[in-house]
Amino acid sequence: MPINKRKIQEINAGSMADIAFLLLIFFLVATTMNVDTGLVRILPPMPDPNVKQADTDVKERNLLLVFVSGSGNIMAGGQTMDIHLLKDKAKEFILNPFDDENLPEKVNTEIDMPDGSKWVYPVSQGIISLQNTRETSYKVYIMVQNELTRAFNEVRDELAMSKFGEKFAKLEEEQKKVIVKAVPLKISEAEPRKILKK
Amino acid sequence: MAVMKKKGDKSLPPISTASLPDVIFMILFFFMVTTTMRDQELLVRYRLPDATEVQKLEKKSLVSYIHIGVPIPQMQAKFGTAPKIQLNDSYKTTKDILDFVAGERDKLNEFDRASMTICLKSDENTRMGIIADVKQELRRANALKISYASSKVLSY
Repeated sequence: MPINKRKIQEINAGSMADIAFLLLIFFLVATTMNVDTGLVRILPPMPDPNVKQADTDVKERNLLLVFVSGSGNIMAGGQTMDIHLLKDKAKEFILNPFDDENLPEKVNTEIDMPDGSKWVYPVSQGIISLQNTRETSYKVYIMVQNELTRAFNEVRDELAMSKFGEKFAKLEEEQKKVIVKAVPLKISEAEPRKILKK
Repeated sequence: MAVMKKKGDKSLPPISTASLPDVIFMILFFFMVTTTMRDQELLVRYRLPDATEVQKLEKKSLVSYIHIGVPIPQMQAKFGTAPKIQLNDSYKTTKDILDFVAGERDKLNEFDRASMTICLKSDENTRMGIIADVKQELRRANALKISYASSKVLSY
């Protein structure tokens, strides 16, 4: 039996590391690692041109107009405002803690809880309308969007804390839906204003 | 003297490299799992704006990208330095967005089409005019879920 007697030669594994290195370098070059992050928004659908739009009147108290000018100045509710104060202004607008007559009205709404019960919560009817010009820089626009989002997130966090005893980000999906219904993200992004040059 | 001689004679055993491939393979698998393939070459330069309240984009396959920024230096001789829109692998205008969205939507299966997200990667020095035009086109194309790409910072 000469075949059985012959020793099987060992495969030289010295170059295995080199091959693995090559593959590794290929993946390092050909792939990216960054996770995309951003501010998520839902755009309003395009109105149907064949259907005449019913004018939706919004009460003045339910509207907070935030205007970002071309030079980066911010105007909220009729007065110029520093970016750092915008969040508190928006929060006050959403919450209306003292039921001020000039701040948004609230409508008691029944919200289905995940355990099947109903929960009545005064949902604010306020809408934040964000307007800008074509010359507004994207950086300032995102800063303003960020501040408004932060206001909504803080309100949601506080409500989630008092209702479920957890921050909004840590809630279950069903619980999140309840909070989103109670504090809807109502930011309207209008088309840019044309400023007429005289 | 005797001690010295003894030291000189003793040669170090070679370090075994048998486990080196395993280590490298481990690193390789780590990179294969955590990264995604680079899918397109960038023709514009952008620096994303900073934001604190960012959300992660969950499923990469549902995300389509629109890049807006200044053309890269190699292209500036031909296209100038005004901000341009890049769709897939070439410069496009706002008119092409309808086709682009339709094409991207066709790639997804019907179940996922509703959750398609458009990620707007735009330079922070861009003016809102071009972005507003893009947004109008997206509304027309009925791609309503968008994300303003921005890099996460802890505070300003």
